[in-house]
Parts: sequence; C-alpha cells; structure tokens
Amino acid sequence: MASKRANEELPVIAHFEVRRRNYLAPDGSIDRPLPAFATDVRLLVELYRSMVLLRLFDRKAVALQRTGRLGTYAVSLGQEAVSVGIASAMREDDVLLPSYRDNGALLWRGVKPEEILLFWGGDERGNHFSGPRHDFPFCVPVGSQAPHAAGVAYALKLRKEPRVAVCLFGDGATSKGDVYEAMNFAGVHKLPLVFVATNNQWAISVPLRLQTGAETLAQKAIAAGFSGEQVDGSDVVAMRAAAEEAIAAARDGKGPHFIEAVTYRLGDHTTSDDASRYRSADAAQAHWKEEPVARLRSYLVGRKMWTKADEEQLAAECHERIEAAVERYLNTPPRRAETMFDNLYAELPEAYAAQRRELAGEDDA
Amino acid sequence: MPEVTLVEAINLALGRAMADDPDVVVLGEDVGVNGGVFRATVGLQERFGPERVLDTPLAELLISGLCVGMAAQGLKPVGEIQFMGFIYPCLDQLVNHASRMRNRTQGRLTCPMVLRTPHGAGIRAPEHHSESTEAMLAHIPGLRVVMPSSPERAYGLLLAAIRDPDPVVFLEPTRLYRAAKGEVDDNGEALPLDLAFILREGRDVTLISWGAMLKETMAAADALADEGIAAEVIDLATLKPYDENTVLGSVAKTGRCVIVHEAAHTGGFGAEIAALIAEHGLSSLLAPVTRVTGYDTVIPMARLEQRYMPSVGRIVTAARKACQYN
Repeated sequence: MASKRANEELPVIAHFEVRRRNYLAPDGSIDRPLPAFATDVRLLVELYRSMVLLRLFDRKAVALQRTGRLGTYAVSLGQEAVSVGIASAMREDDVLLPSYRDNGALLWRGVKPEEILLFWGGDERGNHFSGPRHDFPFCVPVGSQAPHAAGVAYALKLRKEPRVAVCLFGDGATSKGDVYEAMNFAGVHKLPLVFVATNNQWAISVPLRLQTGAETLAQKAIAAGFSGEQVDGSDVVAMRAAAEEAIAAARDGKGPHFIEAVTYRLGDHTTSDDASRYRSADAAQAHWKEEPVARLRSYLVGRKMWTKADEEQLAAECHERIEAAVERYLNTPPRRAETMFDNLYAELPEAYAAQRRELAGEDDA
Repeated sequence: MPEVTLVEAINLALGRAMADDPDVVVLGEDVGVNGGVFRATVGLQERFGPERVLDTPLAELLISGLCVGMAAQGLKPVGEIQFMGFIYPCLDQLVNHASRMRNRTQGRLTCPMVLRTPHGAGIRAPEHHSESTEAMLAHIPGLRVVMPSSPERAYGLLLAAIRDPDPVVFLEPTRLYRAAKGEVDDNGEALPLDLAFILREGRDVTLISWGAMLKETMAAADALADEGIAAEVIDLATLKPYDENTVLGSVAKTGRCVIVHEAAHTGGFGAEIAALIAEHGLSSLLAPVTRVTGYDTVIPMARLEQRYMPSVGRIVTAARKACQYN
C-alpha cells in the first residue's frame, strides 16, 4: 500500500515500552533473581501470614453473610498478593486510598478485622478505624477516589512532605474518566502518587476485552506522561518490589507511576453475585494454579523457611484472631438512631435540630 | 470605604483568605495567569504563586475531586467551575464524597472546601452558560449552598464559606458581577452562614429571593410602595441549610408571601419554602403563597432569555394579587 510506505518514511517521534515484572513462577520456583528484600525471611513470612489471614478472614466474612450476620461483602480470593504486597511497601505516614476490595492493605496498615466487619455490617464506625488516621475509607463508587489521591498528593507536594499517596482500584475503574483525569493531573505536576490497578480480569460480569481495546492497562500511564508497568499480581514478591520502587521514586520527587497487577478474581464479585452466570467454572479453575498463597508457600517450603507445623500454628492463630474479631463485631450494639445526624456537619445546623430530636424520641415531651 | 463591584469583592475575599491562611489554595480553569474568565482571581497568582493558585487541566470532575483530596489532607481548597452549566461532572464528587466524608468516617476525615461558580442567566452568554440549578445542590445533605446578592455579602459570605469546616458550594450571580456595586471594607470580617438577610422591612407582603433576582425583587418592592403596598424583602443568601425562622417570622407578620427565583418552577427551591410555610405558617396566611419563577423549559439562549426570567412586572402583579386576595 502506497500510503503505508509513505508513512514509514515519516520520522518516529516517540518510543514507548511496557515491561512485565515477575519473580516467582506459579510453582514457587524462581524465574529471575529475587529483589534484595527477599533475603529477609521474616518479611517473606510476614507477607505469607498476611495473605493467609486475609483469605481466612474472607472465608469467615462470607459465612457471616450467608447466615444473615453481615451485609454484602467482596472477597479478595486469588488477588491477596496485590493489596498485601502494596501495603507492605508503604510507610505509615503515606496515604492509602483503597477501593472496596483491598482489605489486605487495610489489615496490614492496622485496621482491625472487626472494623472491616462493622463497615460491611452496615455501620459507619467501621470507617473510623484504627489504621492511619489520614487513610481514606472504602470507596464504593468505582474509581472516584483517584481524583482524591491526586488532591492528597498535591497537598503533600505543596507542603514538601516526603510522603506518598497510593491509590488502588480495579480494571473496571480504568475505563472511567475519574481515573484518567487524576492520572493526567498527576503527570502534569509529577505528583508523589502511585496508581495500582488490580486487573483481575472481571468487572462483575464484564471481561477485560470489553473494558478496553488496549493491550495493557499499564500503557494508559504513557498517555498521562509517566511510566507504567505490568506486574504478576499473583506474585507477592513482584508486587512488593514494584511498589517499593515506585513509592521510593515518588518520595524522591520523581513523580507518579502506574502498576497494573495482573491477577484473577477466583471468587464472585461480591456475596450478591453468582459468577457462574457469566463465566465457566473451568475458566476460573485454570487460574487456581497461579494463585498467590500456594505460590509463596511452595517457595518458602522449598527453601525450608516454612514447615507444616508453622502452617498449622498460623491457621490456629488466624482462627483465634478472626473469631475474637467476629465476637467483638457481633457484640457491638448499633448506634443510637439520632447519631445519623452527628458528623453530618461540624456543628448540626439549627434547621435540622428538630429532625434529630424526633429520632431521639424527644418530641413527645 | 471604596466602592467595588461584586466580582471585585469576591477577589478581595479570596486575597484576604489566602493572606490569612497558608492552607487556602485556589484552583480551576484559567484562574491563574488569566485571573479567571470573570477576573475573580485576578492578581492572586502573582501574590501567592502558582503552587497556591493553580491552573488545572480542563476537567471539572477532577477539580471537585482534587478539592476533596486536598481538604481531607488539611488544605482549604477553593475550586472554581467556570459556569454553572459545567458543574454537573462534579455532582458525583459533591454527593458521594464532599458532602459525606465527615459523616461516613465519623469525623475522622473532613472536607473544608469551597466550590465557586457563576450562577444564572441575563448576560447574553452562549448555550449552557446560564444555568440556575441550585435546588439540585440544596437537596444534598451535608453540603452548604450559599448565594450572595451584593458586594458586601459576597465578601463576607465567601470568607465565611472558606473558613467553614464543611463543604460549601458558592454560587455567584453572573448578572451582578459588574452590575452590583457597593462599599466593602476589606477588614477580614465574615458574615454568618445559614442566616437570611432582611433587605427591606414591610408589613403587607413578604418577597423572598436570592442571587441576581434580588435586583428585580427590590425594584418590585419600590413599585409596590408607590401603590401603597409595603413589601418586606428577604435575601435567603444561604439555601442549605436555610433560615426558616426569618422566613416564618416575616410571613407571620405580613400574612402574604411571594417567592422569586430564576430557576425553573417545578421542584425549584421556592417549592421548599412554600412547603415550609404550609407546614408551619398556615394560620398566619391571608393569601396563597405564590411563586414567580423561570418557566419549566430549557433556559433559552440570548434572544429569549429576558422573556424567561421573572420580570419586575410579574413580581408586582403576584404581590398585588396576594394583597387583594380575600
């Protein structure tokens, strides 16, 4: 074709590349030399313990939902390495802006399991949590926390604080203008901001191929003027390494970075969803071979860093911790009705005082 | 005291707030180098630098979302949306985040932000530049919605909005930006939010309005005075939460009420006030409460916009009818 030949004569003015990072193969063997932190056995074990805690916590939460003691709940099954790996690379004074499926990050940062249950059990006090006070709460409207992350990062940069904002969302969110507008602004101002897209292949029933025509989600960063990479999101070592590098660079004034964590949602979207309506069990089954908990366990066991006894002890510890949390959650009485007006404004306007009194039952005097 | 226009009063308040508090930042499209399309932010970037007065990308959702993030981090952002017709991408952020951050985190995170935008028609602007959809915003719990109608109130209420610990949408009457002039003492004193202002006292009929329509409402009160009808004029000023006591107190005195707003009739904020009076002021009424409003149609472009907006004549007729009712 003549036109194509003519185009080839035109100069190339920009080059882009997207790299993919992984260290541990699905069977726990090593694909390439591990990053420096992986010599720290205690850290690897801590990452493992956190993923196991999350998986067992999710299992318990679903059981509570199925027995009418919890509302809708979103499990992290299959993607535990993303939120745990990312959070493990953050400092306490960094700012986390999670979606609604990042409980691994919340737990790592000190949010109590009973606080997560309280939120999904329908109580706003779950967001008044024990994690860092500046962290953002669960974000249910998909992707709408991304502009907040840009605002937070701008504030950190304005005050010259060596802190970083970390924003988590899913593959579906990358289709929203919110996320792109935030990325675009972060690129303009070279903000200390790390975007993490958990690409679990599904936005409820919509597969990735209907979400985007792009080869990778990571390349969306290029249009915003900064780097993006794809990471094996079922390899917690890779997640931790990618986060560590990106957060350090952001802290160092080198600007934002985008991490596409490629993983798979092994469970339903939430407890209100039934994935068998739109995908075959076989499709999910194949991905069980890649899942992050068994992968790290294989590595640890292979290196004699983890034993069957350790596993049994961990299961018992998690069970005890989760049961105690469930107990505290179930024993937390609801707030008094009139408190729905508290924290609406710093001070309740006179115009709404009567409505609060009505809820408090003070009107019949 | 110097006489300034309403937009100059806005500029004075912004400058004062930024000088007083290093946490105040101004952001929006063209607010920096250009000083804003209406010049509301003129000179601010020179005084306070491009980091505190920033030209954002052309993305309204982003502007409102940035404000939420900045505010939760302790800044006091003042975002500008260039015209009210472009505020709608911000609704998700206002409804789902700004207005409820304090509530949903039980006070852990708060949202002390202001979103400013020009409001209303009457300047022969292009399509989508003449909106008055304040009732939509006033429906959102946790938000404050404020609209000044004079330079003095623009100055004092904007300072109050910026200092307020909760999110405020600040609607500026475009038509009055340069038409309204008055003396403003740049003394840093705020006016109270959540309170209405009685602009003129009278015993026969209460006229309630806000923003640019106060101009026609005050003119109508003059015309009614010539007929021997003493109208009381209330500038509601804060629509969310609004000052019910001043409204009910005035209607208790006059027994008659005409509500004037530029926004479309059905579901306009006048309906809220009429319902308040029906619920709590019925026994003092001598005539039905009436509304003089924009029509239930799309705000027409320049050639017909004057026919859409409430005129002095329509307000006078409604007030006269109320006084003749028996």
